Amino acid sequence: MIHFEKRLNPSRLTTVVTPLIAVILTMIAGGIMFAALGKPPLEAIRIIFWDPLFDPNFASYSRPQLLVKAGPLILIAIGLSIGFKAGIWNIGAEGQYIMGAISGAAVALATYPAVSVLLFPAMVAAGAFGGWLWAMIPAILRTKFNTNEILVSLMLVYVAESILASVAQGLLKNPEGYGFPGSRNLQQYPSAFNAEVIANSGMHWGVISAFIAVIFAYVMMTRHIRGFEVRLMGEAPKAARFSGVSTTRLVVFCLGISGALAGLAGMFEVSGPSGQITIDFNSGYGFTAIIVAFLGRLHPIGILLAGLLMALTYIGGELAQLMLGLPGASIQLFQGMLLLFLLATDIFTNYRIRIGGAK
Amino acid sequence: MDLLGINPALLIASLMVSATPILLAAIGETVVEKSGVLNLGVEGMMIVGAVVGFVTAVNTENPAIGFVTAAIAGALLSTIFATLVLYLKSNQVATGLGLTLVGLGISALLGKPYEGIKSPTLKSMDIPILSDTPIFGRMLFSHDAMVYVSILIVGFVWYTLKYTRIGLVLRAVGENHDAAHALGYKVIRIRFLAIMFGGACSGLGGAYISLVRVPQWTEGMTAGAGWIALAIVVFASWKPWRTLIGAYLFGGITVLQLNLQAAGVAIPVEYLSMSPFLITIAVLVIISAKGNQGAPASLGRPFHASN
Amino acid sequence: MTDLLLDITGLTKAYPGVVANNNVSFQIRSGEVHALLGENGAGKSTLVKMIYGLVKPDSGSMTFQDQQFMPASPNAARGTGVAMVFQHFSLFDALSVAENIALGMDDAPKPRDLAENIRQVSNAYGLPLEPNRVVGTLSAGERQRVEIIRCLLQNPKVLIMDEPTSVLTPQEVEVLFKTLRQLKREGTSILYISHKLEEIRALCDTATILRHGEKVATCIPVATTAREMAEMMVGASFANPIKAKREMGDTILSLKNVSASSAEAFGTSLRGISLDLKEGEILGIGGVAGNGQDELLATLSGETTVASDMIIFDGQAIGKQGPTERRKIGLLSAPEERLGHAAAPAMSLRENTVMTAAERKSLLKNGFIDWAAADQYTQDIIADFDVRTPGTHTPAGSLSGGNLQKFVVGREVLQNPKVFVVNQPTWGVDAAAAASIRQKLLDLADNGAGVIVISQDLDELLEISDRFCAINEGRLSKIVPTSTLEMDQIGLMMGGATVDQERRQA
Repeated sequence: MIHFEKRLNPSRLTTVVTPLIAVILTMIAGGIMFAALGKPPLEAIRIIFWDPLFDPNFASYSRPQLLVKAGPLILIAIGLSIGFKAGIWNIGAEGQYIMGAISGAAVALATYPAVSVLLFPAMVAAGAFGGWLWAMIPAILRTKFNTNEILVSLMLVYVAESILASVAQGLLKNPEGYGFPGSRNLQQYPSAFNAEVIANSGMHWGVISAFIAVIFAYVMMTRHIRGFEVRLMGEAPKAARFSGVSTTRLVVFCLGISGALAGLAGMFEVSGPSGQITIDFNSGYGFTAIIVAFLGRLHPIGILLAGLLMALTYIGGELAQLMLGLPGASIQLFQGMLLLFLLATDIFTNYRIRIGGAK
Repeated sequence: MDLLGINPALLIASLMVSATPILLAAIGETVVEKSGVLNLGVEGMMIVGAVVGFVTAVNTENPAIGFVTAAIAGALLSTIFATLVLYLKSNQVATGLGLTLVGLGISALLGKPYEGIKSPTLKSMDIPILSDTPIFGRMLFSHDAMVYVSILIVGFVWYTLKYTRIGLVLRAVGENHDAAHALGYKVIRIRFLAIMFGGACSGLGGAYISLVRVPQWTEGMTAGAGWIALAIVVFASWKPWRTLIGAYLFGGITVLQLNLQAAGVAIPVEYLSMSPFLITIAVLVIISAKGNQGAPASLGRPFHASN
Repeated sequence: MTDLLLDITGLTKAYPGVVANNNVSFQIRSGEVHALLGENGAGKSTLVKMIYGLVKPDSGSMTFQDQQFMPASPNAARGTGVAMVFQHFSLFDALSVAENIALGMDDAPKPRDLAENIRQVSNAYGLPLEPNRVVGTLSAGERQRVEIIRCLLQNPKVLIMDEPTSVLTPQEVEVLFKTLRQLKREGTSILYISHKLEEIRALCDTATILRHGEKVATCIPVATTAREMAEMMVGASFANPIKAKREMGDTILSLKNVSASSAEAFGTSLRGISLDLKEGEILGIGGVAGNGQDELLATLSGETTVASDMIIFDGQAIGKQGPTERRKIGLLSAPEERLGHAAAPAMSLRENTVMTAAERKSLLKNGFIDWAAADQYTQDIIADFDVRTPGTHTPAGSLSGGNLQKFVVGREVLQNPKVFVVNQPTWGVDAAAAASIRQKLLDLADNGAGVIVISQDLDELLEISDRFCAINEGRLSKIVPTSTLEMDQIGLMMGGATVDQERRQA
């Protein structure tokens, strides 16, 4: 009989190896799925994982796209991971992303067509603030009433989507848009445009912020008392209280920072790659970021790598859709499987397999 | 009789229809959580049930078979969650979310060829005598079979939890899994079965949406019903009959706001469509401010058999 | 009376890193009260789990009434006639007494019959219980009754009791003994696990003594002195703590009528607690678990805050201050639950150091943790308190109970507190480590700190405390000098009577 036995010390090696195993297992399972759909499995895997990086025909286009897609994922996931480590589950990052985008865009559209070097920083502040505010709702409800933040933050996503639809057709609608829903395109508004810092590299300010966030998070979690409190809260909440950690302060901090980062990501996205506020401009980054956070094992460097990997599956997936007619939903399934395989292999960090009879 | 252009009797009738999928998912999840496990994958299991039920019903021209296969599909999907969480000790929140994503992906893939097709749907049953009573007859007793099945399931769960041995054991496992294990009860097996029951119920709920309430298949058609069901479990303090009230209340608000939209009431559409979610949040706050009574003490905590 | 009931031969069981039982053999006769004696970690629990079917032995055999006996589960053990009352109860707080008992039975009768049975049996054995009460509202002694009645309703031939008196007042112990003697007269055997020598001498016919997983002796307790049994249990003598005559200073800590409700659903609220502690004094607070000890520690550590002037420390009103502020001014504490409360099991020792010593040992610079300094302090603790561990990076959860407790106490003591409050300092700790912890507490008081020791171990309190009181249902008895105390008085104090009431009864 196979059973699991707790290790005396958690294994360092498996912490690094298991995500790789999870990726390989997903590739295999994905390959089987593609074959079942009537698509050549090996070719599909190659198109998804290899071509976007190295194919001479379009890698130069798809490589920058990688950063464009990875930037928001990493930025949001860093914020989420801090909360997750403390046992604070912000599932509503998508809603905070939307509200950040609306806030940032509103600042830009309200001042159109002003030219000012202060505009973009103001948008950044507004975006962060919008996301932060939206996350404060579950934070306050949890600290004051002990309401479960999972359900509240999630419900607020649907509310945010309604608000988005409303402003896209009302408050922020482009007056010169011939009646079509949607705001002005911010890409054509120089002071507000989130341009690439290095041309054709895909690195807009959102991507740069993501890298900065990774560094900050790493330093905070390993060296700062706030990071220590987060970890303690997640490991042993009673001990955290004994140590003097204020649950209220920590909940507000974790939800606040994840909301702010998600809001920032939304604002960078709407003023950059996507360009305008439309009814459904949000593309699920807030949810995918949750996968990225777990895939990166809630560690800043891991999240950096996981974000790039996820972005690869997006870009590669689009390529496979184009070239093989692979249905878009299969990529979503692929990403879900990646998360589940990672969770499945996670057990080996803390337990080892024992084969034998004795209990 | 009509208020703002809305007929109350019709409102209540359509409320029951609107509430049934959520009720099914919620009562299933109540059993799961009573055993001590938090399964956030309800949305994923519902939508898989929706697509499987739809595809089967279209291919067999028999909606009843659709419901049966939907339940089986939901149960099967839930076994993935159960294996990960119970045997591989994975984090319940993350695994539930992963299950939802997988469910959404699978359902979109399976349902693609079936978009736009109409399925055979359940006919309404007119319960003899009762359905002829004035006002209440049409309102309460002329629904399709699943509405009554869902209420029967609620009754079944209530009775089992309160009066049977297996119900007592399940509650014990949810209260204190270490003590239950020390007494020799198979915590993992009981939770596994509870999870499968929850999966089957969620599958039924999803199938109701695609086979009766709409009835059609569209990608992502559950639109958050699974999350609402999770909220209702908390709202009901994990008590079966309260789940019924919660689901009907939510169904009522949803239907009311749709009716108000159709009646051209002067409130913008977006605010109306947000209202069910905002009201759910408000209710959650009230319940938790009162102390979350009734939550099984082991809910969400992983079980490690210590020998 | 002399029939052989249970014959155990050569039972052995090993776990990674430790041999729990090594070739243990002994016999139990019917109608016999058989003690299983040994220090914490001697292997008593594992042995008994094998008899009860919770653990499968690596080798060895057992016979029950001359039939092969190797239960694969507690169900099987109960079916053969072996019942067990654990030290840590398997009870469901939110369910009723009857439901709890039904869960512990293999063939529970219908609810109405069960309720009747419970009333009858519990009254017949002097342990009355009301079937519909919610278990979470019962006291520790009453909860034990639920466990016992659950066993008795299945007519066992052997009743195993694991450290039963650790949660009972002296009066409740007498009631329990009466019940056990009644069972013995009816032919039931009792396997009585304990490390309390005087109780064993009062109650048991035979004693098997375990040490480090092996059986070292069998004796007749009545014919053996407590000292002889202790030597067999421990195998070596160790230094008893030396209590020097001490000068006491001014009052450093005062609690004035502290009332606070418990954070736990089924906890005990504090009601009007008042006490004064002097510098250089050790105040002992006795009482069985569940009478408000955790809550009292929480009000002193700052996890629970009260009105500002309910707690006066060194002249300042600090009732509203949280743990961090209290540590700053020199009020330190150590809660009872080592893993999960006093220390985080998955974190390393040096991380656990940062948890409470960050302020007083200057481990923070502008919010950044000085890991080198934390490491150094952790090493100091390990050296001074003789904590056996590979290093500062070891997770706290992998330390043995005794070593972890030494670390937890050392972490606070070496921060030079003005007042140190500790809850159950030596519970579950081996004798040598316990003695060294007690010595450290005495040394701390010798250096002028005030110490409050909350403990279930009366011997320990009588040994080291200058003044003594008991906590019962959230209230403190009168505080009296330890030197004037007698056992009966203590029992009454723990049962809730005040010293005046005691005098009236005398």
